[in-house]
Amino acid sequence: MATVGRALLIMALGVTVYGIGASLYGARRGRRAWIDSGRRAVYALGALATLAFAILEAAFLRSDFSFNVVAQHSSTTTPTFYKLAAAWSSQEGSLLLWVFLLSVWSSLILFLTRRRVREIAPYATAVLLGFGAFFTSLAVFFANPFATSAQPPTEGAGLDPLLLHPSMMIHPPMLYSGYTLLTIPFAFAVGALVTGRLGAEWISMTRRFALAAWLFLGVGILLGARWSYTELGWGGYWAWDPVENAALMPWLCITAFIHSIMIQEKRGMLKVWNASLVLASGTLSILGTFLVRSGILDSIHAFGASTLGIPFVLLIAAMVIGSIGLILWRREQLRSDARLESLLSREAVFLFQNLVLVAMVAVVFWITFFPLISEALTGTKVSVGPPAFRPFIVPLALILVLLSGVGPIIAWRRVTAANLRRSFAVPVCVGAATLVVLLVWPGGPAARPFALIMFALAGFVLATVVQELWRGTAARRAMTHDPVPLALVGLVRRNRRRYGGYIVHAGLAVLLVGVAASSSFQHSQDVLLSPGQRASVDGYTIRYVRPTEAVSSQKISFGAVLDVSKGGKHVTTVHTIRNFYPSQNPADGLIGKFFDSADSDSQVGLDAGLRRDIWTVINVDPSHLAPLINQGDTLFANYAPSVMTQAAKMPPARAQQAMNALWAERDLAVAEIARRFVSHPWPTEFLLIVDPLVTWIWLGALIIGGGGLIALWPVPSLARRRAAVRKRARPSASPGLPVREPA
Amino acid sequence: MSGPLEFLIVLAVLGGLVVFVTAPLRRARTPGDDSAAPGVAELEAAREAKYRELRDAELDHSTGKLSDDDYEEIDRSLRAEAIEILRALDRERALPSHGQ
Repeated sequence: MATVGRALLIMALGVTVYGIGASLYGARRGRRAWIDSGRRAVYALGALATLAFAILEAAFLRSDFSFNVVAQHSSTTTPTFYKLAAAWSSQEGSLLLWVFLLSVWSSLILFLTRRRVREIAPYATAVLLGFGAFFTSLAVFFANPFATSAQPPTEGAGLDPLLLHPSMMIHPPMLYSGYTLLTIPFAFAVGALVTGRLGAEWISMTRRFALAAWLFLGVGILLGARWSYTELGWGGYWAWDPVENAALMPWLCITAFIHSIMIQEKRGMLKVWNASLVLASGTLSILGTFLVRSGILDSIHAFGASTLGIPFVLLIAAMVIGSIGLILWRREQLRSDARLESLLSREAVFLFQNLVLVAMVAVVFWITFFPLISEALTGTKVSVGPPAFRPFIVPLALILVLLSGVGPIIAWRRVTAANLRRSFAVPVCVGAATLVVLLVWPGGPAARPFALIMFALAGFVLATVVQELWRGTAARRAMTHDPVPLALVGLVRRNRRRYGGYIVHAGLAVLLVGVAASSSFQHSQDVLLSPGQRASVDGYTIRYVRPTEAVSSQKISFGAVLDVSKGGKHVTTVHTIRNFYPSQNPADGLIGKFFDSADSDSQVGLDAGLRRDIWTVINVDPSHLAPLINQGDTLFANYAPSVMTQAAKMPPARAQQAMNALWAERDLAVAEIARRFVSHPWPTEFLLIVDPLVTWIWLGALIIGGGGLIALWPVPSLARRRAAVRKRARPSASPGLPVREPA
Repeated sequence: MSGPLEFLIVLAVLGGLVVFVTAPLRRARTPGDDSAAPGVAELEAAREAKYRELRDAELDHSTGKLSDDDYEEIDRSLRAEAIEILRALDRERALPSHGQ
């Protein structure tokens, strides 16, 4: 089926090129049939990419090692769950995943808009197919997922052990969905700029896709953070790594867009700003893909360097130059229809919040690319880490949280001092009370001013959201006389964008409380312990109870059972493990290949709770076993070739028996050596961390996701709702205008 | 899988692809077009946005973020803007080029 897969990719490339030509010809000549044909090219791309992706997944599932990509990234022992995910651990498979997701989302938007935005759509179609052509041509010419080998190996190299984590099944498709969804607002913005149709229509068509991109990208980022926390063994969830930053930048940018687009919808303002944001988000999504796949910057998340740098740089340059050119060309039509009436208005808060978000993007971009910039200017690649980000990001994050509380309680257009007092009184009191309580709390966070301010601001934000929900529910109850729960549900259901957004703000406050607490009050220790010894971390006593070991066909696992107590009382027991996977390096030796630290990963011993996480990881040094390993390697280096030579002269069935006996002896030797970790344990290194409120990060993320889904959920059309209301309300004062409805 | 079968599959997919993508070009040109004219569609989007703004102002008022005076003024001005959009929509729909 590799030939069919390859042919499908070539057809996909052909159909994208045809579709671009047909859409542009149809748009220029006003020929509807050609425009429809161009749109069908997108649907066809969707079908071809789906088939090609299914063929690749099928090859992984049946361990068809004639496919090079399967031989390099999977094995017969890889669990089925991870065989499916192995497709996108390779460069070739991830490019195909990109094309598949792009074609699915593009088909969806073009189907939904098939009778609307008819001037803009052909240009958007051409842009979307342009992305499709770019990624398909990379898969056809540079990283073919259907390349085969005439003499396939009997066993594959297996999946990178670090990727053997449940979130890896979902994390990359989520991130790629976010990246590909961002191309949709980008494409429609280009179409709107080319045609000069810069009104509300293209925004209303693509807003939901921008929101979906924000949600998918956010879920992808959080899953990556969770993977980092539980799999990488360094004790953190966010390292300001280039690949993490590559996803964060478009997410921040599209967050700004989702807010500022409301100002354009309502007031006809910020058109240049919004066009710039959406074009920047699209460009940053391609930059993110480039950083993940290119290995141009050192990253713990980049799995393999590639040769795709130049095509990506050319595409990004074309997007940047094209975007600037289009905005300059349409600058007259992009002038605002209205002016800001007051600095005390929701649009002013949104504008300020946009500036903060864009400043964050600028900071992240500059520091992320600083190693490349410094290398270009000085010839030396300077490495930067989290300390470079914190002085800028922390104050910006504090302002952002403050604004996320102010936004919901301030009205559009203008407010009076009396209304301000009424809206701010309770939330400000809650924020101030939080601050005072924490200041006087014995051993509290007074010594960490940034964390203290974040907690107080989070109290303010949560109070604003609760107040808004309460007041909205009360207003609805006054009209409908529903009980409180029903009124609350009705309120949120009828105003999904607004209250979905407020819930997101609450989730952000919870998440940032977790970030501030865990980064400011973390206690960690690197210790060397023998069984029976103990260490103390933040009042907890952690005792190394006993070592553990397990040998399987896939890995050797060395672990430790740790008992945690506080004040003499047992708190929990955790088990941390270091897994060693057989290396593919023949120089490691027949025995040594099972003990290579380069092919190992960590299993964290974690006791998570609402108040604190106890996080432990063992770092076993197998060099203590070196004498035995070397002895085994020498023995087998002499013994194995003679068995193999004899087996070569035997009939196949006996040869297989002889080889199986050889491997059984080797496995026995490996198991015996591994057992030394338990029978003759040596002092082992542990990283022990007590970290407060980490769980709040994941809870905050869940709240944000829930709010995002509420905001994304389709609302019944206003026309239908108005018709329903007219049946039960008085006639409208102005014919055609909405009557006043319950909140 | 044998080579000839793969060739036949590819040929069948290619044939289906060509037929599907070029179908609109082979159809007789239809006189009517059920899609909204660009001007009308833009005004309809503007109208929906204005209606949302009216409802938002109403909700801001009922939750105490807008005073009665401010709300009355804003509501009046929003309704005037909405009426302008509705009139523009009527004018656009009445244009001969947009008649169905």
